[in-house]
Amino acid sequence: MKKSKFNGTSSYIATDDLQVAVNAAIALEKPLLVKGEPGTGKTMLAHEVASALGMEIIPWHIKSTTTAQQGLYEYDAVSRLRDSQLGEDRLKDIGAYIRRGKIWEAFSAEQKVVLLIDEIDKADIEFPNDLLLELDRMEFHVYETGEMVQARQRPVVIITSNNEKELPDAFLRRCFFHYIRFPDPETMRQIISVHHPGLHEELLREALEVFFKFREVQGLKKKPTTSELIDWIRLLLVENIPPSRLKELDLARELPPLHGAMLKNEQDIQLFEKMGFVQRRF
Amino acid sequence: MFADFLHILRAAGVPVSVKEFLALLDALSRRVIEPDAEQFYYLCRAALVKDERYFDPFDRAFAHYFQGTDRVLSLSAGQIPAEWLRSGLERLFTPEEMARIEALGSWEDIMKTFAERSREQKEAHQGGNKWVGTGGTSPFGSGGYNPAGIRVGDAGKRRGSAVKVWDQRLYQGLAGDMVLDTRNIKMALRRLRRFTREGHPDELDLDGTIRDTARKGMMYDVLMRPSRRNAVKVLLFFDIGGSMTPHVRRCEQLFSSARTEFKHLETFYFHNCVYENVWLEEYRWEGRRATFDILHKYNRDYRLIIVGDASMSPYELLQQGGSVDHFNQEPGLVWLARLREAFPHSVWLNPEPREDWRQIYSISLVRSVFAESMFPLTLNGITAAINQLRRGSPPERTIDPASAVQQAVGR
Repeated sequence: MKKSKFNGTSSYIATDDLQVAVNAAIALEKPLLVKGEPGTGKTMLAHEVASALGMEIIPWHIKSTTTAQQGLYEYDAVSRLRDSQLGEDRLKDIGAYIRRGKIWEAFSAEQKVVLLIDEIDKADIEFPNDLLLELDRMEFHVYETGEMVQARQRPVVIITSNNEKELPDAFLRRCFFHYIRFPDPETMRQIISVHHPGLHEELLREALEVFFKFREVQGLKKKPTTSELIDWIRLLLVENIPPSRLKELDLARELPPLHGAMLKNEQDIQLFEKMGFVQRRF
Repeated sequence: MFADFLHILRAAGVPVSVKEFLALLDALSRRVIEPDAEQFYYLCRAALVKDERYFDPFDRAFAHYFQGTDRVLSLSAGQIPAEWLRSGLERLFTPEEMARIEALGSWEDIMKTFAERSREQKEAHQGGNKWVGTGGTSPFGSGGYNPAGIRVGDAGKRRGSAVKVWDQRLYQGLAGDMVLDTRNIKMALRRLRRFTREGHPDELDLDGTIRDTARKGMMYDVLMRPSRRNAVKVLLFFDIGGSMTPHVRRCEQLFSSARTEFKHLETFYFHNCVYENVWLEEYRWEGRRATFDILHKYNRDYRLIIVGDASMSPYELLQQGGSVDHFNQEPGLVWLARLREAFPHSVWLNPEPREDWRQIYSISLVRSVFAESMFPLTLNGITAAINQLRRGSPPERTIDPASAVQQAVGR
């Protein structure tokens, strides 16, 4: 039997507030806008919702050049013009020159699907406004063929944003909103044990301690996030670093082993080195 | 049903519309959630709040409405000595602002009421002391009505049983006291767009195709052309450090908007005034670039935007060796006049309020070169500046760098 409510999955820890937001969006068939620090699992959420509800996912990754029209369809006038010189048969069917976009795909799917509009803030500032009607009414008009495309089943729409651009109010009003807060140590522990089941308790504790201390350092350009912590622990396991090594670590004096997984920025590494220098001097 | 909650939210500064409120009621009637206070809170938040900046005001309004008590001020009177608060405030406020607060009643009165209110709240837990914080009309609490307000946070550990989620105020750090809207700035900057067709032909040129096809006697001749792109080129000079520090936030907003809006954007940094070198990084000692190089490398098409408060010692503009950082061979004003000469499309954005410009001598010196091209660093100012950049060369004549100093002083 298919589930109709999302409660997190075996590989994704969903907090209560996230579950409520997702379920409300599904029940009311409104888009869910997800924001949060990079690396807190915004994109992953859509995939997990899809797998938890047994739906297919149609991801639409937005780039700075993406237009709203591309999500609906694209009309290839140039190849039709070329074909007309060759007298091709398919010429009579305008539909043959219309390439469906991701939104059309989601609207025409047999089963209810999850449509992920990933990183909507990458696109032009007017992009969200261009999709208002389509997402609200779940239908659009194909100008070239006069066809009206209506969603067979309203897809579950999940939209992620990294806050690079402000989204227009009219767009926001139509969405449910969830902000993925950076996980607290307890949630983080659960997340890690989902990704690294059977991890040595002591290593987990020490690694988390180092990680949260790391995030407290003032002035970091990029704070390490969940995905970086997961990678780092994976590396610790591969390299067989004993928990005691982390326990003895004095962050003021040295960088933790394999810090490359967490510090991705030269300036941040320098910051740590400078801090160590100040400590040694006094 | 609880329609006044909507009003309370709006009073607390959370922009909630009726549409969102109806969505919430809809969700409730469809029983999306279990009858559980926490779930109800989450649902309200997901439906009504669309920006994490408003989470904190929302939490406070929620607590206020649904509990009848206000936990905004979880700090009891006497925990903070009045002197301490006061000295903290004096650092935050300018004398004028202090005077404005004073107008609300004398400082002592305010402090007295503050203490009284806090005491009352301590004694009567169900007090419903709404005047501390949420309404935003009192000087206390964050995001208030007063020029800066006192952010009275949660200082102590809470005694007793489970704390409600909305009382934890987890999103306090995300609440911006000032509603920053880079979207507006971007919309203003957009007007500077200049579309040109350059590069790879990837778009059908319909008119050209029809023309060529007709000319060739009905054999289709498909023409392609490059698509339109924004080709405006911008040089951005930022004054950093010293007196610019209070304006850092606005400068950052402008910078982040400009970065996403303009593809051809070069940024340079200077301190107080541009001299023979400018810096490439915000941390000035990182790398520098001769100003002459910039004058020569970028052509007159570039739009020049200088952001600075132009508030400095007049010597920095008028004297050889007047710079605070190094020995400059030529006065600062000469360099400003050179920039102005090299880039006819140039504006100066000044974060100082326009009313104060006349009182600061160095600003009027800079204006002897920039004249009507200086604008305040506000949304309106940016819009006006962009309009001027669009219109092309401003009517006033440029000043000859060699005589810039004499002209400025002689005025």
